[in-house]
Amino acid sequence: MRVGLVCPYTWEVPGGVREHVSGLAEALMDLGHEVSVIAPADDDAILPPYVLPAGRAVPVPYNGSVARLAFGFLSASRVRRWLKDGDFDVLHVHEPAAPSLSLLACWVADGPIVATMHAAMPRSRALHAAQPILASALEKISGRIAVAEAARNTLVEHLGGDAVLIPNGVNVNRYEKAEPLPGFPGTGGTLGFLGRMDEPRKGLDILLAAFSLMAAERPQLRLLVAGRGDPDEALDQVPAIYRDRVVLLGQVSDADRVRMLHSVDVFCAPNTGGESFGYVLVEAMASGAAIAASDIDAFRRVLRGGEAGELFSVGSPERLAEAAGRLLDNPAHRASVAAAASVAVREFDWSVIARDVVRVYEAVAPATGRVAVAP
Amino acid sequence: MTPMTSIVVVAILAILGVYISWRAGRLDRLHARLEGARFALDAALVRRSSIALELASSGLLDPATSVLLAGAAHDARSAEENREMPESDLTRALRAVFSQPDFRTLLAGREGAEELLTELESAAHQVFLARKFYNDAVAATQVARARWLVRVLRLAGRAPMPEFFEIDDSLAHAGDGGTGPAADIPHLTT
Repeated sequence: MRVGLVCPYTWEVPGGVREHVSGLAEALMDLGHEVSVIAPADDDAILPPYVLPAGRAVPVPYNGSVARLAFGFLSASRVRRWLKDGDFDVLHVHEPAAPSLSLLACWVADGPIVATMHAAMPRSRALHAAQPILASALEKISGRIAVAEAARNTLVEHLGGDAVLIPNGVNVNRYEKAEPLPGFPGTGGTLGFLGRMDEPRKGLDILLAAFSLMAAERPQLRLLVAGRGDPDEALDQVPAIYRDRVVLLGQVSDADRVRMLHSVDVFCAPNTGGESFGYVLVEAMASGAAIAASDIDAFRRVLRGGEAGELFSVGSPERLAEAAGRLLDNPAHRASVAAAASVAVREFDWSVIARDVVRVYEAVAPATGRVAVAP
Repeated sequence: MTPMTSIVVVAILAILGVYISWRAGRLDRLHARLEGARFALDAALVRRSSIALELASSGLLDPATSVLLAGAAHDARSAEENREMPESDLTRALRAVFSQPDFRTLLAGREGAEELLTELESAAHQVFLARKFYNDAVAATQVARARWLVRVLRLAGRAPMPEFFEIDDSLAHAGDGGTGPAADIPHLTT
């Protein structure tokens, strides 16, 4: 199939939607499809060969923060030309309600259009004001996908209609092999945490409390933390005698992120909520880590009800300490949980996810012909 | 007390009374001016967001620009407390929309476009002017209320201390504002 993908956010700044579009594009090409992506980017930006720049993105206030978007008649005419040259079997737009290229593509195209909703948009009042404008462009979409339940709810509540749920993909291969960080995991056991240190919902304070409980009985146990935040604020929560066993890496690169995941015996996800999917968990599973995670809906689903990782009651340092302890003290149990995770994570690999997406393409394509430029 | 001293005391008291009531009257006038300026600013902000919303739903623009503008205008209009942020965001959205290359040229000749753009531009000027005059009145009132006599005698009564309204309302984008004879008046397009 010839597939045209539209990314609304600038290609030059990393972000969830952009990662998704590039992962999907590459997986579709691996499956033998022809793919072209259009995204806001400078004309002289260094881009993969399958990405066409639609011109510089403009920073504008949108949905409570500043987004870099492309809009206006000139962007629309670039999209129109791309559609004409591309002669696509299916047009796949991402985040079509964002005031950017995806919405413009819906406006100028006719034919089979698939849309993927990514974000949950709590600021529904602004969306409500724009509803009549959105409606005429969005009603052309014949197949809708949501990456998570929260994104689907946004769609149902504000724009009407329903969507099929197809989660975010991960390149499992990219996580499978990596050199652990120097000196890790060591012999005394290492716990790991990945995420913002200062975001309470990520639950680092719960893990620090659990670590303090465990450190007394396990004289060599260490804790490895990667993520942004104030190091002193985190260390203050650990008794002084254990502080030198807590290693704070700060924000790490993508490569070090994978190395960090290979450096721990037990990966802990003490999140208290607000996770719609659990990307961090999927990354840890792909890296072969044994996992102790909060028993929240998203995590329970990803970990297959506890088969692919230990679940503990949300917000309890004692239960986390017990769960992590079970994995640390029993290498055979740890290995079997990690092995189950490696199998379970395959369902989130882009090669599998992309096949599901192609099924959606096939469902809409024959009914409506090829993608054409609207008169 | 001699008759002479009583006359002097009465005269001093009378002069003091006249002076205090004159000061109270001045403060009252300042508060009235402030009230008027506040009203004008409110009206200008409401007018600006209404016309922005009208432009967004006019069908003249592409849908992406329309959604951007509608969202910003709606946020500005529905904000109750802390209006400064959404109003600044609306300014930034307007700036981004109007600074698209050839924006006016592309809209030229479309039914009603020129009128709407001109009206929006004049509404944006009005916000700029009204905010300047309002902040001016706030400054004058704050100075007057900080005076010793006003504080001791509580001449301002229970009227709350007015606060400045600080938003980004500069519509000329960097590089083409600040010079020229009309530098004080911002323009959406040059």
